[in-house]
Order: sequence, then C-alpha cells, then structure tokens
Amino acid sequence: MAEDKEAIVQVKHLKQYFNIGKPNEVKAVDDVSFDIYKGETFGLVGESGSGKSTTGRSIIRLYDPTSGQILFNGKDISKIKSHGPQMKKFRREMQMIFQDPYASLNPRMKVKDIIAEGLDVHGLVKNDDERDKRVRELLDMVHLNPEHMTRYPYEFSGGQRQRIGIARALAVDPQFIIADEPISALDVSIQAQVVNLMQDIQKEQGLTYMFIAHDLSMVKYISDRIAVMYQGKIVELADADEIYSHPLHPYTKSLLSAIPVPDPEIEKTRQRIDFDHKSSFHKGQKLQEVMPGHFLYCDDTKAATFK
Amino acid sequence: MDKILEVKDLHVNFATYNGTVQAIRGVNFDLAAGETLAIVGESGSGKSITVRSILQLLAKNADINKGTILYHGEDLLKKSKKEMDAIRGNKISMIFQDPMTSLDPTMTIGKQVAEPLLIHNKVSKKEALGRAEEVLRLVGIPNPKERMNDYPHQFSGGQRQRIVIAIAIVDYPEILIADEPTTALDVTVQAQIIDLLKELQQKIGTAIIFITHDLGVVAGIADRVAVMYAGKFVEYGSVDEVFYNPQHPYTWGLLDSMPTLDTSEDDHLNSIPGTPPNLLNPPKGDAFAPRNEYAMQIDLEKQPPFFKVSKTHYAATWLLHPDAPKVTPPKGIQKRFEKFKKLGDK
Repeated sequence: MAEDKEAIVQVKHLKQYFNIGKPNEVKAVDDVSFDIYKGETFGLVGESGSGKSTTGRSIIRLYDPTSGQILFNGKDISKIKSHGPQMKKFRREMQMIFQDPYASLNPRMKVKDIIAEGLDVHGLVKNDDERDKRVRELLDMVHLNPEHMTRYPYEFSGGQRQRIGIARALAVDPQFIIADEPISALDVSIQAQVVNLMQDIQKEQGLTYMFIAHDLSMVKYISDRIAVMYQGKIVELADADEIYSHPLHPYTKSLLSAIPVPDPEIEKTRQRIDFDHKSSFHKGQKLQEVMPGHFLYCDDTKAATFK
Repeated sequence: MDKILEVKDLHVNFATYNGTVQAIRGVNFDLAAGETLAIVGESGSGKSITVRSILQLLAKNADINKGTILYHGEDLLKKSKKEMDAIRGNKISMIFQDPMTSLDPTMTIGKQVAEPLLIHNKVSKKEALGRAEEVLRLVGIPNPKERMNDYPHQFSGGQRQRIVIAIAIVDYPEILIADEPTTALDVTVQAQIIDLLKELQQKIGTAIIFITHDLGVVAGIADRVAVMYAGKFVEYGSVDEVFYNPQHPYTWGLLDSMPTLDTSEDDHLNSIPGTPPNLLNPPKGDAFAPRNEYAMQIDLEKQPPFFKVSKTHYAATWLLHPDAPKVTPPKGIQKRFEKFKKLGDK
C-alpha cells in the first residue's frame, strides 16, 4: 500500500548531533529515515530523551541538521538558509503545535495578535478588517468564542489555550503540522476534546499530521502509522494496528507492556516485559522492511527470518 | 477491617485576592490498614489539598474551617506543631510528584534517606546510615553502599523517585501518601515504580493513599477508588465497582474519554464538554451539572446526596434517586456493565 501513496515529507538518514567533537557530544537523532504520506497522521513515540522531539524540530528546521536530507514535497529543505525567502515560504507550509499551552503563548499579546502574527509576517491580509475576520474564522474553527479575541492568554484554561495554539498554526493554511505532545499537559477530560478537534480539522482541511507523544493509547487512536524511537533511532515502524498487534522489536514490546489500561482485570494479569539494551543492539543493524509496510531495526540474519 | 484514618466533613478554603476559594467542600473517607485507596480527579479538583490537609502541609492562605481527621481516633487537626512533626515522615509520610525538585541537591542521598531516622528515632548516625543503605537496596538502587555518597543530579529521574520513596518508607510508615508519584516519569519507569510500591506494601504492610489523574494507573494499584470533582467526592467504591459499575456521569465521562487499545479511529472519542467550575462561586446544585448531558432540573438546584449502590459503593448523583428517569449510559460504559455482570456470576 505504500507505493500508491504520495509522500509529503521524506526524511533520509537524518542526523542531529549536539556539542559535536566535545566530550558531551549527544547523538540526539542518529541516522533516521522515514516517509510521511499526504493526509495521514504519523505517530512518533518514545520515552523522554529518545529524540522524538528533536526529530520534529529538525524537520521544521528549528535546528540545522548535522547531516541527511529532509524532502518536503520533493524539495530538499534541510539546507535552506534560516533567514531567506525560501525559508519564509517553507514556514507557511509547515507549522507546529507545542506541548505546553502555558509557555507557548506570549502572555503580553492579545489572542487575536497571537493568532494573526503569521498572517502579518506573510502579508496574508490587507487591512485590519480582513485580519479580524480571519481571526474570527479561526477561533470559530477551534470552537472558541470569537468575541474573546481581545483577551489575553491568562484568561483561558489549558485546553482553551491549546486551541489558540492550534488556531495560530492553522492561520497560514499549512499543509503539514507537527504536534509535539499537544495533549500531555491537559487533563483527561480535555484531552479528548483537543484530539477530536484536531481530527475534525484534519478531515476538513486535508492536513497531514506528525503527532509526537509518549501516551501510547492516544497515539494509537489518532495515528495511521507509528514509528517507535529509542536512543536516537527508529527501532520499528508500521501501521498503528500492526505495531500494537504484532510488535517485533523487544523495545516496542516492553513499551506496550507498560501502558496502563483503565481496566482492573487486564491490570491484574498484566506481565511487564523488561528491555535489555545490551542484548538488543549491536553492529550491522539497520531499519529494514521485514514485512510489507512493517519496518524493524535489525541485522540481515534477523530480517531473513521473516522472508 | 481496622480503620486507621477517618476524614470527616473536611472543608478547606483559600483566601485569595479575588475572594475565598472553596477548594474542599465536605469530603468524607476512611482508610483501612494495609489497603490502597486511589483518589482520582482533574487538576483543581482538590485531591492534593485533601491529602495535604492530613499532614497539614497547606499554603499559608489555606484554612481548614470544618471537619475532623482522625488518626487512630485522635484528631490530627487538634495536634500541636510539635506533635504533628512527630507524625509527619514517621507514621504518615508522603511522596511528591516531581522527583527533580523533592530532593535536596546539596546533600548526599545517603544522608537524605537517613535524615527521618535521625530526627524521629534518635538512633546513632551509623545505625541510620546502615538502615538507609538497606532501604536503598529495597527500592532497587544498585550498589547502594557506594551510591550513598552521590548527589541527586547523579541519578536518573526514575532512580530519583526511588530515592524519594526510600526516604518516605525508611521509618516503615503506617500510611504512605503518594501524590502523582509517576506522572513525571516515562511509561516503562512508571510501571517499575508502581510494581515497587506494590512490593513494598506487601513487605512493610503500609496503607497507601494514591493520587492520580491516570485511570490506567488506578486500575493497576487500587483496592478502592474515590472520584473527585470540584472539591467533593462524587463516587467511591471498590476498584471493580468503580471501573465496571460506575454510576456518576462524571465517572462515565472520565472512563469514556480515554481511548483503549481497541478503540478504533472511526469512533469519535467521547469528550466531556466545557471546563470545571470556578470554586470562588461554587454552583448551587451538582457542580458537574453544566457539563453533564444527563443533568436534570434538580441537578442545577440541589446538591445530590450519596446514594448507596452496594455496601461499599456510593455515588452522589440524582440519577440514583428512585424517582429519576432511567437513562442509557454511553456505549463504552454499557460494555463495562456487561463485564461487571460476568464478574458477579463468577
């Protein structure tokens, strides 16, 4: 099924290192390759420090990648200059929703100015009336009261602020949105509201999402395909259902076995699987397709066992 | 069973610039020796304030203006500061959410773990450090003897939470209060810490009050569950009763808004509309009524009392009144009812 789908983002051998050459060098993202198809939700899961947020931030060029290619609609964007017309154009097409709805909105700006900042930067509206009209549309789209556009962020709850963050991302009509843990900071009853909203907007606007999270049950619910990251590498990538029903990598198995399920019967009988880093990683391993659409980080001998 | 702790009609107010926030509005519960009670609720529902009241660890602007907290029949709210100091960290101890900020960064972990013993038991320093080493081994810190001399920054988040737990249990408390102890941790580490708490409970027989917003975690650790909303308990019962036979629409909403691994993407998640009420002016009736699709006129006017579902299970919703119309709960909840029937048949 992979062949008949068009990739919007292609990540090829992406490496993102920090403190290069110093004793504290960190290989946050270490040779990662994957495609994201148009219209899908691509889930990226992993524990803190696995490199999932760094991957997202490299793709949207908040960092300059150490090496590798990032193709967006076929064009390599990994090397475009950070202050140029090309970057400006690219920024319109790709947007980000951040984790912390308290830290990601400027407390001294009115909601309408927060949302319209992208419109101003890209010159998408001609005058104030048009600007206000667009802001109203966007607030309406995320189910906030357009009358509240002159308020400040502190006047909104966490879930409402995250809606403002979504409206800001949508303002410039992007094709692709990276959502970095967009619901982790929200209460359970509010999480579902935001996830439903994101899905509705995706359907209406034909958006593609990359959804970064550590909450595996929510990721499975929202994603079409999921990649599991561990220590800067993708260790497994497959359809959401496939990865949950047939996990192949020991790390994926251990991660799945640790998800708490709101069902006492399941919890009582659950067996936790421990993951042994040393016995699972060695030289000669790479991410390869072992079954149609199912990628596993392993060596050739292991891959042959699936043939 | 022996009730070691009884909280009766607890009310806590906070004085703020905007007025008085009625954070806790009449909470009642008890705790038996050796059991685990989970208190679930959203941020702001008052779950942390409830347990902090027990140890009187509230902010200066807080006022416990009504209620009693009986520990072995004695009211903790009438104890002097000195008497409370003798109980805190000794008979009743607490684990906090953030392992990054609940340790002293300038003190070796050996000393931090030994500190409660030195304060409460007047044992020798050598004895205390010996015991600290023992407890660190118990919570799964490798090479405790060598690592006693290390500082908090030399440990990972999961290990730090183990150290925080070691401090809390070093004196074998009768009650351990755990306030979101795994929320800041990764899922695999969370699973390890929960296993550790269960294991320790078996070994030292402590009762646990576990606070969380994660129903998955609750299902794994609790004997009994209390659901809290806007400063009140709305439902409590055994873990099976609350998960398989929930009665309050808020509990329905909470259980139903989490996707399970077999929720398909085509079903819309059931979300609870709106946001919790402002407790500066608590609503007259059931605080959940404005967000409750099953709300009736009376919900807006009068607070529901607790209705008895079983000997151990109570819920505060007018839907349980004999005259209330019968409603059909969400599909996901109906599935849970079926499971409850099966459990009953067993």
